Amino acid sequence: MTTTQTAIFVNVGERTNVTGSAAFKKLILAGDYTKAVEVARQQVENGAQIIDVNMDEGLLDAVEAMTTYLKLIAAEPDIARVPVMIDSSKWEVIEAGLKCVSGKPIVNSISMKEGEEAFLDHARKCMNYGAAVVVMAFDEKGQADTKDRKVEICCRAYDLLTGIGFPPEDIIFDPNIFAVATGIEEHNNYGVDFIEAAREIKARCPHVHISGGLSNLSFSFRGNEPVRRAMHSVFLYHAIPAGMDMGIVNAGQLDVYDTIDPELRELCEDVVLNRRPDATDRLVTLADKFRGTSPEAEKQAEEWRSWPVVKRLEHALVKGIDAYIVEDTEEARLSAARPIEVIEGPLMDGMNVVGDLFGSGKMFLPQVVKSARVMKKAVAHLIPFIEAAKEEGAKAKGRIIMATVKGDVHDIGKNIVGVVLQCNGYEVIDLGVMVPWSTILQAAKDNDADMIGLSGLITPSLDEMVTVAEEMQRAGFTIPLLIGGATTSKVHTALKIDPAYDGPVIHVLDASRAVGVASQLLSDTQRDGFVQTTADDYQHVRDVRAGKEASILLSLEDARANAFVADMSHRPPPPEQPGLHVFDDWDLADLRDVIDWTPFFRAWELHGTYPAILDDEIVGESARNLFADANKMLDQIIAEKWLTAKGVVGLWPCAREGDDVVVHLAEEERHVTFSFLRQQIRKSRDRANMCLADFISPDGDWLGGFAVGIHGIDPHIARFKAAHDDYQDILLKALADRFAEAFAERLHQHVRTTLWGYAPGEQLTNEALIKEQYRGIRPAPGYPACPDHSLKPILFDLLQAGDTAGLVLTESFAMLPTAAVSGFYFGHPQSEYFGVARVGQDQLTDYAARRGVDLDTATRWLRPNLD
Amino acid sequence: MSARERLLAEAATRILLTDGAWGTQIQNYGLQEADYAGTLGLSHDQKGNNDILALTRPDIVEAIARAYFEAGSDIISTNTFSSTRISQADYGAEALVHDLNVANARIARKVADDYAAKDNRPRFVAGAIGPTNKTLSLSPDVNDPGYREIDFDYLKDVYREQVDALVEGGVDFILIETVFDTLNAKAAIMAVLEAQAALGRDVPIMISMTLTDLSGRNLSGHTVEAFWYAVKHARPVTIGLNCSFGAEQLRPHVKLLSGIAETLIMVYPNAGLPNELGQYDELPDETAAFVREWADAGQVNILGGCCGSSPAHIAAMAKAVAGLPPRGIPTPAIKTRLAGLEPMTIAA
Repeated sequence: MTTTQTAIFVNVGERTNVTGSAAFKKLILAGDYTKAVEVARQQVENGAQIIDVNMDEGLLDAVEAMTTYLKLIAAEPDIARVPVMIDSSKWEVIEAGLKCVSGKPIVNSISMKEGEEAFLDHARKCMNYGAAVVVMAFDEKGQADTKDRKVEICCRAYDLLTGIGFPPEDIIFDPNIFAVATGIEEHNNYGVDFIEAAREIKARCPHVHISGGLSNLSFSFRGNEPVRRAMHSVFLYHAIPAGMDMGIVNAGQLDVYDTIDPELRELCEDVVLNRRPDATDRLVTLADKFRGTSPEAEKQAEEWRSWPVVKRLEHALVKGIDAYIVEDTEEARLSAARPIEVIEGPLMDGMNVVGDLFGSGKMFLPQVVKSARVMKKAVAHLIPFIEAAKEEGAKAKGRIIMATVKGDVHDIGKNIVGVVLQCNGYEVIDLGVMVPWSTILQAAKDNDADMIGLSGLITPSLDEMVTVAEEMQRAGFTIPLLIGGATTSKVHTALKIDPAYDGPVIHVLDASRAVGVASQLLSDTQRDGFVQTTADDYQHVRDVRAGKEASILLSLEDARANAFVADMSHRPPPPEQPGLHVFDDWDLADLRDVIDWTPFFRAWELHGTYPAILDDEIVGESARNLFADANKMLDQIIAEKWLTAKGVVGLWPCAREGDDVVVHLAEEERHVTFSFLRQQIRKSRDRANMCLADFISPDGDWLGGFAVGIHGIDPHIARFKAAHDDYQDILLKALADRFAEAFAERLHQHVRTTLWGYAPGEQLTNEALIKEQYRGIRPAPGYPACPDHSLKPILFDLLQAGDTAGLVLTESFAMLPTAAVSGFYFGHPQSEYFGVARVGQDQLTDYAARRGVDLDTATRWLRPNLD
Repeated sequence: MSARERLLAEAATRILLTDGAWGTQIQNYGLQEADYAGTLGLSHDQKGNNDILALTRPDIVEAIARAYFEAGSDIISTNTFSSTRISQADYGAEALVHDLNVANARIARKVADDYAAKDNRPRFVAGAIGPTNKTLSLSPDVNDPGYREIDFDYLKDVYREQVDALVEGGVDFILIETVFDTLNAKAAIMAVLEAQAALGRDVPIMISMTLTDLSGRNLSGHTVEAFWYAVKHARPVTIGLNCSFGAEQLRPHVKLLSGIAETLIMVYPNAGLPNELGQYDELPDETAAFVREWADAGQVNILGGCCGSSPAHIAAMAKAVAGLPPRGIPTPAIKTRLAGLEPMTIAA
């Protein structure tokens, strides 16, 4: 299966453009189409979302070259999966190309250079061939240079095109990026002209896109790559928010905005934004510093570049530097007899160093993930050569199938374990999230796997893992089954999963244990002992459990008699603003201020409390680096609006009925019941057996509900995946989770102070917020106070969460998008969090009756809380 | 009202039925060479050239059309799947392309008009255009992936000849069906668009893709979603799937297309998968039960059958979906939607 690729800024690859790549031109002129096709393949593998094909070269028959090349890449599914941009200044070349392309391509470009008639004729043809078009800001008088001319031409073209029925969303304007800092005063404003024009065209011409070729901009600094890169990055930094959403950009010719030397960045900004009359002179003066002789930092950085290649590869892996990895890998390949030796030799040696450092606690997870990114890039470079030589793949230590089970969408932890295992020489086949058991078993068979690793975060996943174990048993598997994920535990594994499968079942506590477990399971000498020890351990857990049953649970009747009695004279007043409140786009910058960082570090297995963790003797440096990377990404997320926070709050009148809370929807003449569970564990002294219903008055009261979700992560994750960048992938997912939690916290505050308004004067520090030093609670279905996830569909229905917050539920009640929080609001000052923990058969029967479901269904819902 | 408006008006009130297989029905007559060849004096054997029956056994073509309208079809397709210069070359009948299309279209038109006059319910004729046995996207020579047997303009001209003749014979729509190569379909679309320009009026297009693997791609490799974006410029009055596998295997792909296409959905699957003897043995009620699931889910506007189906299948479908509401046409957000073999969307 494939999914639709959605892009926010489209980076058009230009390596298959004879005017943009000297190497490609050479291949085409020499008629070496086989190698020329490989160039396209590499571009797509490196994440190009569209490939630009241009054959405009005086020595070529451009029609012949264009059609030959397009037919050849049509035969390559790896390349043909992305759309093509047919790029030529000659219409006959474009039309010949259109006749060879089977999807929906982009034509680059048409213009009003030869008047309206030719322009509309070409546009009609593009429409009939089913193509989008790039329209150059060019008319009978020439190319548009000033903002006004750009806007005038593009708006005129827009009116003409939409007038003949051309779909506006298929129009991409190229308002011309010209060289700045040329020494000619009239050129100084060209950057500003483009940016301002982009803004206005976007506002005046609905649905269009803005594109441009970046390399022109820095034409005056030919030969000085650091300055050119900085200029391009600065330009995009300002042009993208103005509406530029496509560009012919060589990703290698860009710097991360924040990492540009601050002085250089400032001067580039002066030039691009035309901020001062002497901007060009100042940049020209500074530019010399970046040319030729390198400054201190570069000299230092260069030192390791002079080491032998094996040492360089190790250094790059340990330090997580990917800048030179492809060229170093290539150098190692050229000196190796077979490309596979590069993997088996220097790369694995380097990763072993990383593995040792990690094992001995000298490296931490964020760094290991960065190392893995470097390793992946090196391997990606070698694979085509290995395949070309038809060699067997690297002999991995073992092959592991990993999957997040059906119904569950959480994969941060699974991805971390996958990376750690890969770093240690294991081959990991990652089946992704929501994987049904049949797919897992099939993949294990097809790949002759050595073991299967299952992951899950929500409690229903525990059941699904039991199912996988049962199916493995039925299918006659004997390979080990590894269990991991936040809700999994040794106890659950021992009691529920291990008995279902005769092969070894091992609970893996965290990523750092994964390698130890895997290596023991695959070791001829250690395997039997390890498996036996674990089995004995689990048997012991079962024995202990069997011994201490029964006695500790109260009957439901007794537990109810020991209910918590809240003082209902203090119940909260009716809300200031009852009903539903929808928030489509909560300011991310505001949420950033209330992020609770401690769980973020925990996700990376760095244990400690923020901010103290930053100064921790052992993990401090790692935590600081991770924190810096996270903040850099947060800057980008906010500036470039990667994510959108959507949420909904509902405040409804209700009353308690036994352990139920019944919401009254007066307008719809409808009653909706939330059934809650009560603690049955015998309490010491005067502690009550709590139930959430205890906080609601039977004589009329109020209940709130909420759901929040963070949207928009997919295109960025796809981008990181395409770049083999697990580090950024995991980082972004972890940050999205933090945003969801922060949003829930902020929304609760807004409810307390304004919407419900029972605490209008509340003034809390962020620390106090995180410590929940406020009145009222917001328990979530699936968490200890109301452990049944199946309340979510009822809550979502009341909140219309699909429409209002864009949230949907899987069949196991996991929320999509993954970064999401939902729950109830209880406003009573005595309300507090607690854990329901184990419940008895009597409460199960009672709960099934209250929910109107059969016993089997209720058993499935409550299984984590049953014996 | 134009044909497009009339079809949309009918489709707004209920789920419509198109016809079922033609080839299977013709086979049932057990015709011999003499039936096919008639007195045309062609040099090649004509047995199997179903389209030629419009000239040599028009009674059979008419009887099949009547049988489908009797069964409840609102639309029938013309018996012209192979009436192109390329396909008729196998029978040495290239010179008859114009006549085959005109004659088949006239029979269908006449029968459709008879039925419409009887009960005042509109009946439609879709001029069927097959994919030909040549492909613009693939090389027939494994050692030369850049080679193509034909080119775009040649195929477009071949289709144009057929389109003009079908229009002359009185069809309401041009049905570009069983699309296994998306570029072939784009050439057919271009032929119709040029014919429209020459006529100075709309000749509405219907497009139907066929899947060649269960993951949901056609032979040229396009996913269903990518295919829709690649042909959307034809402003088709229907888009959908036919042939492929049985209805059961088509289910996820119908669901997907139904959610993204802002036009009518027409699906006419085979009567199940062929058995080991290559025969289709899915019974009318079984096929009807499968397609009813789509109707229940509000995913279809027009249903029918392909290989192996019969008037009995159409009658069973008509019964199964009677009274069920038709799919409402969605209005997807306006976004730039491009396609290679896979779709790509640029956020607005």
